[in-house]
Amino acid sequence: MTTTVDTTRALDRERGLALLRQMTLIRRFEEKCVQLYSAGTIRGFVHLYIGEEAVAAGAMRALTPDDAVVSTYREHGHALARGIPTRAVMAEMFGKVEGCSGGRGGSMHLFDVGSRFYGGNAIVAGGLPLALGLALADDMRGRDAVTACFFGDGAVAEGEFHETLNLAALWRLPVLFLCENNLYAMGTAIERAQSQTDVALRASSYEMPAWSVDGMDVLAVEDATRAAAEAVRAGGGPHFLELRTYRFRAHSLYDPDRYRTKDEIRQWMQRDPLPAFVERMRAAGSLTDADVTAIEDEVAAEITDAVDYAQSGHEEPVTSLTRWVYSDAGAGT
Amino acid sequence: MGEFVMPSLGADMTEGTLLEWLVKPGDEVHRGDIVAVVDTDKAAIEVECFEDGVVAELLVPPGTRVPVGAPLARFGDGAAAPAVAAPTPAAPAAPAAPAAPAVASPLVRHLAHTAGIDVSTVNGTGPDGVVTRADVEAARVAVPLPRPDTAAPGRRVPASPLARRRALDLGIAIDTVAGSGPNGSVTVADVDAAAAARNAPSTPEAEATHAEAPQQPPTPTVTVPAETSAADRNAAMRRAIGELMARSKREIPHYYVTTTIDLSAALSWMRDVNTRRPVSERLVPAALLLKASALAARAVPELNGFWVDDHLERCDHVHLGVAVSLRPSGLVAPAILDADILDLDTLMKGLRDVVTRARSGRLRRTEMTDGTLTVTNLGDNGAESVLGVIFPPQVALVGLGRIVERPWASGGMLAARPTVTATLSGDHRATDGHAGSRYLAALDDLLQSPEKL
Amino acid sequence: MNTTYREAIRSALSEALESDDRVFLMGEDVGRYGGCFAVSLGLLEQFGPDRIRDAPLSESAFVGAGVGAAMAGMRPIVEIMTVNFSLLALDQIMNNAATLLHMSGGQCAVPLVLRIPTGGGRQVAAQHSHSLDGWFAHIPGLRVVTPATLEDARGMLATALADPDPVLIFEHASLYPMSGSLDDDAGPVDLDRAAVRRHGTDVSLITYGGTLPMTVEAATTLQDDGIDAEVIDLRTLRPLDEATVLESVSRTHRAVIVDEGWRSGSISAEVSARIIEGAFYELDAPVARVCSAEVPMPYAHQLEQAALPSADRVVAAAREVVGAHG
Repeated sequence: MTTTVDTTRALDRERGLALLRQMTLIRRFEEKCVQLYSAGTIRGFVHLYIGEEAVAAGAMRALTPDDAVVSTYREHGHALARGIPTRAVMAEMFGKVEGCSGGRGGSMHLFDVGSRFYGGNAIVAGGLPLALGLALADDMRGRDAVTACFFGDGAVAEGEFHETLNLAALWRLPVLFLCENNLYAMGTAIERAQSQTDVALRASSYEMPAWSVDGMDVLAVEDATRAAAEAVRAGGGPHFLELRTYRFRAHSLYDPDRYRTKDEIRQWMQRDPLPAFVERMRAAGSLTDADVTAIEDEVAAEITDAVDYAQSGHEEPVTSLTRWVYSDAGAGT
Repeated sequence: MGEFVMPSLGADMTEGTLLEWLVKPGDEVHRGDIVAVVDTDKAAIEVECFEDGVVAELLVPPGTRVPVGAPLARFGDGAAAPAVAAPTPAAPAAPAAPAAPAVASPLVRHLAHTAGIDVSTVNGTGPDGVVTRADVEAARVAVPLPRPDTAAPGRRVPASPLARRRALDLGIAIDTVAGSGPNGSVTVADVDAAAAARNAPSTPEAEATHAEAPQQPPTPTVTVPAETSAADRNAAMRRAIGELMARSKREIPHYYVTTTIDLSAALSWMRDVNTRRPVSERLVPAALLLKASALAARAVPELNGFWVDDHLERCDHVHLGVAVSLRPSGLVAPAILDADILDLDTLMKGLRDVVTRARSGRLRRTEMTDGTLTVTNLGDNGAESVLGVIFPPQVALVGLGRIVERPWASGGMLAARPTVTATLSGDHRATDGHAGSRYLAALDDLLQSPEKL
Repeated sequence: MNTTYREAIRSALSEALESDDRVFLMGEDVGRYGGCFAVSLGLLEQFGPDRIRDAPLSESAFVGAGVGAAMAGMRPIVEIMTVNFSLLALDQIMNNAATLLHMSGGQCAVPLVLRIPTGGGRQVAAQHSHSLDGWFAHIPGLRVVTPATLEDARGMLATALADPDPVLIFEHASLYPMSGSLDDDAGPVDLDRAAVRRHGTDVSLITYGGTLPMTVEAATTLQDDGIDAEVIDLRTLRPLDEATVLESVSRTHRAVIVDEGWRSGSISAEVSARIIEGAFYELDAPVARVCSAEVPMPYAHQLEQAALPSADRVVAAAREVVGAHG
């Protein structure tokens, strides 16, 4: 069950620039996060997406604004690619009122209901049932929307994964399951955790179409996602994509990388989606050095602006601590 | 270009150890290059730099532990040729922890430390002579801590928070009140009873003598329905008392005899007994007076009974009615059953019990109807004497005034003695003043030999 | 109108489904089977399978689906067959329903209603009999209510559906057959206030849910001893109506808390702590508690009865705090 989507079609320059810019923004944003974390400005857990940018950049381009997105705790890339302003995401990293979750969520809980981005969910597989419910509501109200649900390979071991896939297929709900298989559930390699490591095969046992896609190839990701999303939208019930990818950094910032070899990391870095895509565009004659410089400069300016914005943002007064525990601010305990 | 500092590699990291430099002065570095390895206690982490430049100076040699944010190296733009400076530690290396004694677990060492015991001096009884928790505890017992040189600590009286608050308001020492609540705790009713029984010494306006006070209770109308308001309940109570007292005065031809009794023997005996008792078990004068009143009734049985169908029905037992005043006003006279045969402690407990329950409206019907002779004891805050109204169908009532110190002539000598004025109200249909006089004489006799009470 | 607790809930469900097309009922065997306790009997025929949804045995998935659907504008009523099964959905209840509003900075309200039968007394042993209502009351972000009367069975659902946040309704299984009369026009009731079910002056008996009937019975028995007991029905375990409890205890000066949950770390512990915090100087006796014995619920009748609170135990506890021993 590998992808049947043709990714060899001519590379449209505008599409390529957009994808490259998106991946570059995610990469540089996270590199800035590392620096800010090292300086003690950003705290908590910070799960970096570096290495996996092609998945978010490709998949999000295949969705419409009416579609809903449910994500994981490694979701800076998803949030940026979905179009949440870089300023709002950075301000959230700083814990400021101007953050996309008002400073209450942090790195793992980026929300933006306006773009139907229903959050980073930090319980592995905990977001899958939510996606089911969002799709159920859209289905019952007759809305033409797909719910795209991101999760990692670790989620496949959870009961909620299987409950949700079964129910989605049983009720033919418009969910697009996007499994980012980066081969490790924190420090546990997939072959040390799962009896059947072919994730798409397992999903297909729930009577839903499932493919594996090269998650380091941004064009392949976009094309596959578009095909699957259209099939879901056409009433084909839930679909499943396994996006094979790899994270270059530790599970969470500065976790020890004891569970994998430097060689393995180096090998995967050979396939870094950013330089690979730059090469591909150059080869197709769709990219110049000036384009790359322009993108880097734009992105750098955007990030500098976002950091300035976050730094000058407001800290919520602690007197508002219990706000948003209930919708009614006066609700007691 | 600037300083390369010890990075924060986790929310719980406050310092780290520089394990290894991967660059040396003069090396060119680029943003993202791994330049050093730092030990965070959780792991050895490769750390990167965030700027391009040239390493000018390494400030910290490998093996040095420094706080987060401390400079580790200086980067330049490469213009100035870097001299290979002798690395100077930015912070002194943390002294190595002293080798932990192999003889004890961390818990045991901690226990020893808090007990002020040098664990190396403790003889270990565990495997291979390891010092165990039991060893440390034994060592602690062997070296007794100095005890505070206080007298035997006073037992804390169990009392409800409300009782303590009320006692504070009324100026009553909680440890002088006996408890009737759960586990013998002092309840608010106990405090109120104590306050009524032993308020501040008499004040001029309380000195009125020979006042006639109604003290007889209405029959069980005290338990009026809970729905009615306090004001309604009080009005009903006053009406009931009024009707009963009017009936008594209408039907019973009262006579009164009075005598004053020297209480010095009784009170001195009581004080003597009390010095040997814990505060909560100490006797109060009321117990002696009630017990003597009950025993005197046995000596003059024609005063202990009922006037029924135009004749006196004597009773074999003495159920001693005790007048209890209620708030805001009102009276009941529940009986302490068989008061003549109860020992003083039991009698005192019974008294507190009926007072408590009288004030919370939970008296039993038999207590309200079975009294054979009633005592009204004005207590510390009362007048000097009382000529009471008999509670029908009883045939007598004993009125006891406040205990007053009076000049007392005895054996040709004058002395100040504590005294009480006792008045017997008798029903002339049943007895004459002679019986009343014999009763008072018996009472006097009993109180002169308190040890027999 | 003469009715039962079960019928009162069914009638509330029916009314909610009729009046708001965003409302649907989802759970195990709520449709064709008619509900494990026959609460939803007949609703499938009336409203169809789209709105009366039989879910597979996937508590986490269908409770989470309720959370997601609520976020997307629906008003789901999710039934979990018994409280012990709710543990399979605890991730969705605790980590999502209770937290989404807060961690999204106010963006994701979750107007979800969970109906959960609870409690023991039916000899169904250690995996179907527990009272975990108090556990859930520990969680900020949830509202936890425990209808114990016909009026509340009929009236709490509508108010819960109107609440913008998740509401857990714990229905004690022993109450379903309870019958009595209910006003024909009985309507929504508040979810904020405790109710004084019986006025009294000597001791406050504080309870909720399935133990309300036995507590009222105990108060009647105590009356014969001359002890005038007040009975407080908490109704809502979160937020706790502290004011009503403290006002009552400040009048009676004594409290007995009756809770079918285990005593350690229970809602009775919380109520007791609130009394100590708020009415310490009004207390004339230690706060007493009557709770379930700390054992998994046994099957054998006499053992189960010994494990559960009873009117006799309530009477004994009340006598003790009032000081009327024996």
